[in-house]
Amino acid sequence: MKGVRWSLWVLAAFAALVGLFALQLSRPKNDTVQSAMIGQAVPPFALDAAVPERPGLATADLADGTPHLLNVFASWCVPCAAEAPQLAALERQGAPIVAVAVRDRPEDLEVFFQRYGNPFSRVGKDDLSRVQFLIGSAGVPETFVVDGKGVIRHQHIGEIRPEDVPDLLRRLEEARG
Amino acid sequence: MRWLVALLLALSAPAFANDTMPPAPYAYRQLDDPQLEAKAQALMETLRCLTCQSQSIADSDASMAGDMRSEIRERIAAGETPEHIRQWLIGRYGDYISYQPRVTSATWPLFVVPVLLAVLGALIVLHRFRRRA
Repeated sequence: MKGVRWSLWVLAAFAALVGLFALQLSRPKNDTVQSAMIGQAVPPFALDAAVPERPGLATADLADGTPHLLNVFASWCVPCAAEAPQLAALERQGAPIVAVAVRDRPEDLEVFFQRYGNPFSRVGKDDLSRVQFLIGSAGVPETFVVDGKGVIRHQHIGEIRPEDVPDLLRRLEEARG
Repeated sequence: MRWLVALLLALSAPAFANDTMPPAPYAYRQLDDPQLEAKAQALMETLRCLTCQSQSIADSDASMAGDMRSEIRERIAAGETPEHIRQWLIGRYGDYISYQPRVTSATWPLFVVPVLLAVLGALIVLHRFRRRA
């Protein structure tokens, strides 16, 4: 009798474990690395201009009273090209967008902007991924919503898809309040 | 059409991290002081590469890992302690960046459960031996 009760307990524990594994295996793998800087101010940095036709980017440009989208991108990054139409749409709808170009060359950026357009009012040149480390960005492309005080309010990881545009506009609007 | 784009993007994943810029100054160059270099190396072996998540930044040739090695070597050379740098990175990327296990409110069962199971096992064995004697 005691043996039966024991084996029932073991069986129940085993079933619980199988259930846990089944649950975790059925969930899609999430290997994005979230920034731990959301809710905190963008640390001080100042980047030189990445292309001659736009000024560089510094922390003070973000804390100028209006919320911004901060796009971290590179001309060599495939999904960055894929999200270009969405950034153009965001700009058309009035979103102020500034950018950090990661490990990029001016001539490559020129080709990229000629092909996909340039929706950025400022493009800073980051050849050592320093700004990425400062704001907790783990790759390209990523888009941060930064409020008028220079505080990071939201991080969008990966390319902006058409269905993400309204969400980013809404978050930009929220950052205004 | 959309799934085709997604498939092509997935297949081109290795190309995502391909830039043509030269590596950061200390990405592939050791510090001149062997003691400082040893400190930096020990730290780099316990930090996760963000773009190639099963490798440490010491093992990875991703440009972002190179940039992080350079940043770390420069900070170590400037006198910062490895633990301070680790905390700085955890403040940016969360615990995910560090391979060094930490006891937190979420991880304590990992440390406590094996001890409990060992004690339980010892008690069962003891019980059986006593009964047999």
